Amino acid sequence: MGIVVKDICKRFGDFVAVDHVNFRVEEGELVALLGPSGSGKSTILRLIAGLETPDTGEIFLTGKRVTSMATQKRGVGFVFQHYALFKHMTAEKNIAFGLEIQKRPNDEIRRKVRELVALVRLEGYEHHYPDQLSGGQRQRVALARALATEPHVLLLDEPFGALDAKVRDNLAQWLREFHEKLHITSIFVTHDQSEAIEICDKVVVINKGRVEQMGTAKEVYEHPRSKFVASFIGEVNIIDATVAKGRVRMKDMDLSLNTHQDSPPEDGDAVLLVRPEDLLLLDDGEVSEGVPCIIKDIHYRGSHFEIDCDLFGKDVRVVENKTRFFEKKWHKKMDASLAVQSYRLFSVEEGHEQIHEQLQSKGFVE
Amino acid sequence: MKPMDEAVSTVKRQKRWGRVLLTSVVLGWFGVLVLLPVAGIFREVIRNGLRLFFSSLGTPAAVHAFLLTIWVTVGTVIVNTLFGVVLALVLVKHRFRSKLIFEGLVDLPFAVSPVVAGFMFIILFGPNGWIGTWFEAQGIKIIYAFPGMMLATLFVTLPFVVREVIPVLREVGLEQEEAALILGASRWQSFWKVTLPAIKWGLIYGVTLTIARSIGEFGAVLVVSGSIIRRTQTATLHIHQEFTDYHYAGAFSAAIVLAFTSLIILIVMQRVVRRKGVV
Repeated sequence: MGIVVKDICKRFGDFVAVDHVNFRVEEGELVALLGPSGSGKSTILRLIAGLETPDTGEIFLTGKRVTSMATQKRGVGFVFQHYALFKHMTAEKNIAFGLEIQKRPNDEIRRKVRELVALVRLEGYEHHYPDQLSGGQRQRVALARALATEPHVLLLDEPFGALDAKVRDNLAQWLREFHEKLHITSIFVTHDQSEAIEICDKVVVINKGRVEQMGTAKEVYEHPRSKFVASFIGEVNIIDATVAKGRVRMKDMDLSLNTHQDSPPEDGDAVLLVRPEDLLLLDDGEVSEGVPCIIKDIHYRGSHFEIDCDLFGKDVRVVENKTRFFEKKWHKKMDASLAVQSYRLFSVEEGHEQIHEQLQSKGFVE
Repeated sequence: MKPMDEAVSTVKRQKRWGRVLLTSVVLGWFGVLVLLPVAGIFREVIRNGLRLFFSSLGTPAAVHAFLLTIWVTVGTVIVNTLFGVVLALVLVKHRFRSKLIFEGLVDLPFAVSPVVAGFMFIILFGPNGWIGTWFEAQGIKIIYAFPGMMLATLFVTLPFVVREVIPVLREVGLEQEEAALILGASRWQSFWKVTLPAIKWGLIYGVTLTIARSIGEFGAVLVVSGSIIRRTQTATLHIHQEFTDYHYAGAFSAAIVLAFTSLIILIVMQRVVRRKGVV
């Protein structure tokens, strides 16, 4: 059994950072705690590491109750966002620190450090000080240092947050491969949904100190259980609609959608969530059941195009692949139609405001 | 030469003159204010001859005064280094309501005139003072004795270590220490192996300032010591005494020793400042 977090709460003064959080990480799994900044995900990690003590609840590591156990005895490895390397020690000394504290024999320490240096591909940099290393190299030293004491559990707190995009992608890919090799039970905290989806087996979405949804990356992306999850994981269009007799309508226009989901909202106002890649842009020749719209703007994204359409006065974004884009000769002010291929419906009461805030913070809407 | 080039060279010449003028004013001012007085002391000693220099340093009063300065300095450095580091750690790491007040109070010794500081200690620890009365009853003399001089010097030099260590600690942050704890280090180990090396150069700088100030302190020590010859007279008080007694040779000889000490401290400080930036 890996990590079990049972109903933990943590307050800082009046601020509730962690609010009755429950989740479980199976042995050997790599799980992402995903949420916006200030959602409490880092606090959860610090509680597991023993850097903070929960107000209520229990934490179990490999079956042992560690709720009030000292940090030193928990056997966790921790990687900080800003590396937290010992600046006055070389890379090698940093990695050896935990082993030296444990008073392991010298030749064992030397052998272990050599192995770890090879594992994180830092041969030749053993005698460099942290400020002589690049960000990516520093984070690899931090990872090697965390692994040196052979922890049962590895905790990574936004480990790639301070790195630039290219280095981050490389390191993320490498971490994934590395986890497949070592299979150490790991929790990876991030606010970047693509990072979470790319690296982790499972995703735990955290918002305002609570668990919003837990599941595989695919589950969470395809079947978001709340509007928050839908908007936080990936880009999404939010369309005001009404539900009447099981049909979805927008401004008196039938969207040709059936409320086929498990728990459809009651008749009345609703919110329709559609991902840009789940919308199909059609021209006059293809119109069968689309909704009329006008192309407002076209963004070139390298691998694909993103097209903003005016749908009854509301901006909706569509992803279009290059082949189809050039075939259809889409251009501004062109009349077209939109077909919804996949969607989620939520009742309005679930808080339109919250979702809007979320989108604002990610820069999707103004 | 083309007219354009001529204009450029005129501007260049004017710029050069401006720079020369500014540099000479700065150097001149520095010379009058700093170098000339130091040179004056050296000249005075050379004029009187080296024999007089050594004989006036060898008098029992002078020897006693220098030894006392050393003891006060050593004591002050030990206490204020330990206390200063602990105070800085508490102010940086712990959260409590009166923290801001305490942080402000640390600077109080800088703001208070040393003479006033000395006077405060007399009120508190004098034979008829608040706490002094009790000590007097136990037969312990604080004012006009070594403990009082230590207290006054401790007060005056309190901010140096704290002020140098706090910003370094803030910059280092708590994460390195947390990393050490997670790796199995005890609090004590993490302090010795992680925190102390990180603040080392800031601490050394603070200690150097403390030493310089302890050696040079005059006002506060004058008030609490009563300046009794061969009892409570430090080197600075000795210089003052010799000077007021018209023993100029004695005053200058002692002064030159202090000036040399300052020079060594200055060199050490320059070295430390350079290291502070690097590691």
